[in-house]
Amino acid sequence: MKSKRSLLAGPYLFWSVAFIIIPLVMVFYYGFIDENGAFTLENIAAIASPEHSKALWVSIRLSFVSTIICFVLAYPLAMILANMSVNQNQFIVLVFILPMWMNFLLRTLAWQTLLEKNGVINMILNFFSLPSLNIINTEAAIILGMVYNFLPFMVLPIYNSLARMDRDVINAAHDLGANWIQTFCRIIFPLSIPGVVSGVTMVFVPALTTFVISAILGGSKILLIGNVIEQEFTQASNWNLGSGLSIVLMIFIILSMIISAILDKDGEGALL
Amino acid sequence: MKKTKLIAMIALMAALAVSATGCGKEKGAENGEVIVYNWGEYLDPATLDMFEEETGIKVIYDEYETNEIMYPKVESGTSNYDVLCPSDYMIEKLLENDLLAEINFDNVPNKGNIGDQYYEQAKAFDPENKYTVPYCFGTVGILYNKTMVDEPIDSWDVLWDEKYAGNILMQDSVRDAFMVSLKRLGYSMNSLDTAQLEEARDELIKQKPLTQAYVVDQVRDKMIGDEAAIGVIYSGEAIYTQRENENLEYVIPKEGSNVWIDCWVIPKASKNKENAEAFINFMCRPDIALMNFDYITYSTPNDAARELIEDEAIRNSEIAFPDLSQYENMETFKYLGSEGDEIYNEYWKQVKSAD
Repeated sequence: MKSKRSLLAGPYLFWSVAFIIIPLVMVFYYGFIDENGAFTLENIAAIASPEHSKALWVSIRLSFVSTIICFVLAYPLAMILANMSVNQNQFIVLVFILPMWMNFLLRTLAWQTLLEKNGVINMILNFFSLPSLNIINTEAAIILGMVYNFLPFMVLPIYNSLARMDRDVINAAHDLGANWIQTFCRIIFPLSIPGVVSGVTMVFVPALTTFVISAILGGSKILLIGNVIEQEFTQASNWNLGSGLSIVLMIFIILSMIISAILDKDGEGALL
Repeated sequence: MKKTKLIAMIALMAALAVSATGCGKEKGAENGEVIVYNWGEYLDPATLDMFEEETGIKVIYDEYETNEIMYPKVESGTSNYDVLCPSDYMIEKLLENDLLAEINFDNVPNKGNIGDQYYEQAKAFDPENKYTVPYCFGTVGILYNKTMVDEPIDSWDVLWDEKYAGNILMQDSVRDAFMVSLKRLGYSMNSLDTAQLEEARDELIKQKPLTQAYVVDQVRDKMIGDEAAIGVIYSGEAIYTQRENENLEYVIPKEGSNVWIDCWVIPKASKNKENAEAFINFMCRPDIALMNFDYITYSTPNDAARELIEDEAIRNSEIAFPDLSQYENMETFKYLGSEGDEIYNEYWKQVKSAD
């Protein structure tokens, strides 16, 4: 029995070695050598240079803001979904997942068309003689893009942990005289923390590493750490520096995963 | 009700997926294959089918976005490309690293269709014309919208004019951006003088708040859509934008600019060299070169193809076929060595991260 099971894990094992382990090893290899192949820590230390640390700081700031906005939008929505009957909420969950069937790039490009100076939104605003909205190529547009693209990753785990919650616990709280606010603060929210933590990680990490959203909606005027890394590979052909900066970024990602692992001990917040 | 709709939708998606994969065509490859690695959207796909039909050589076609993405793939030799189409300075780098094979011109009889002046230009990086066959050339200049600009444009200075704040599109690539700044200051665009480069960098930082965005290909769509008044653009794109929006005008600034040339070359690692030569020869045929010119609108150095252009306005277009003798200070990019590249990239990052 046991050997059969490990046989079934074969494809996944192959997958993770070929597409996760080997690339990771290569990133570390390139990150710790210079162009002549000698060992160096310079690529890691390069994060201290003003351009790089500024890009990292802007990335952290923007993804932090996006994560908070996602949370504020997602939590009430997840509560509404969790309180609906099964038939209704499946439909709405589908509506949420549906856009994710479309290519991520296309959706972001669509936002560019919407937000542009002569874009769809401004045409509608101008038609009603309202002032134009000029947020394209600013940090606000990047945050909008992050929130739009990553919101489902916040909604689904929170919804999941809320839907799984034992209704008896809530009813018991009501029976014992807790009002709505007390029930929420002391019962519902603490029980949903695994979902929240999982959602926060799943929004924060991709937002921290994105380079597409800032390129398309930020007009390449705002340099995120993802853009720096991308340019090291595609424009500067300096794979060593690009890998070194990726390793630094990985440290930040691992840190946020450790925090989530501590808060979500039972792994309850796993997505669907 | 809902369920049937969902099922219908899934069925539709499945049908689409099947039809998409069903498109792959099976073609005989009786005469082997040729692996072409070209710029994105840089030839008419119909010409590939014609080549396959006429020669029985199967084309495996791959595209790249920048010279810099192409180079490491060729250097590592893992992909065995047979034909490439890099730009001037990248050919210089490829030659310097001994990655190109000499072309046997006996197999490329159509090479004579290419005008002599273009071979002359290619001598800048291929002194004996042994490795390259010119495919496209052009200039870099300013594209402006006549309805949004009320003065004659003839200088890079306009890209620093506060009047047009928020209406300026700059090129999002290090060499092109520095070319604009260096030329404006009267320096060479291949400068390695630190003081000159610092000055050019500081000017770019000063310009940054005035720009709407740094873009590469999108400058085309944004200018067509009246999103910006002024943009830095490649001449080949300029012709396309004018077809779509008649208010657009292209000018080569008086301070001089970049005149570039992209050539077909064969990497040393090629395993189908004769097929590669057959492919290059095919691309030099006047009717094929004309098809490509119509499709991509980048200037063709193929004089015989230019004769075949029916529209006189295009055939004599100042944009497509400029008389460069009237401009001083036109230059072609040179490969600056890895140290030079590093300085440029470092300064460019400083520009991009400035506020």
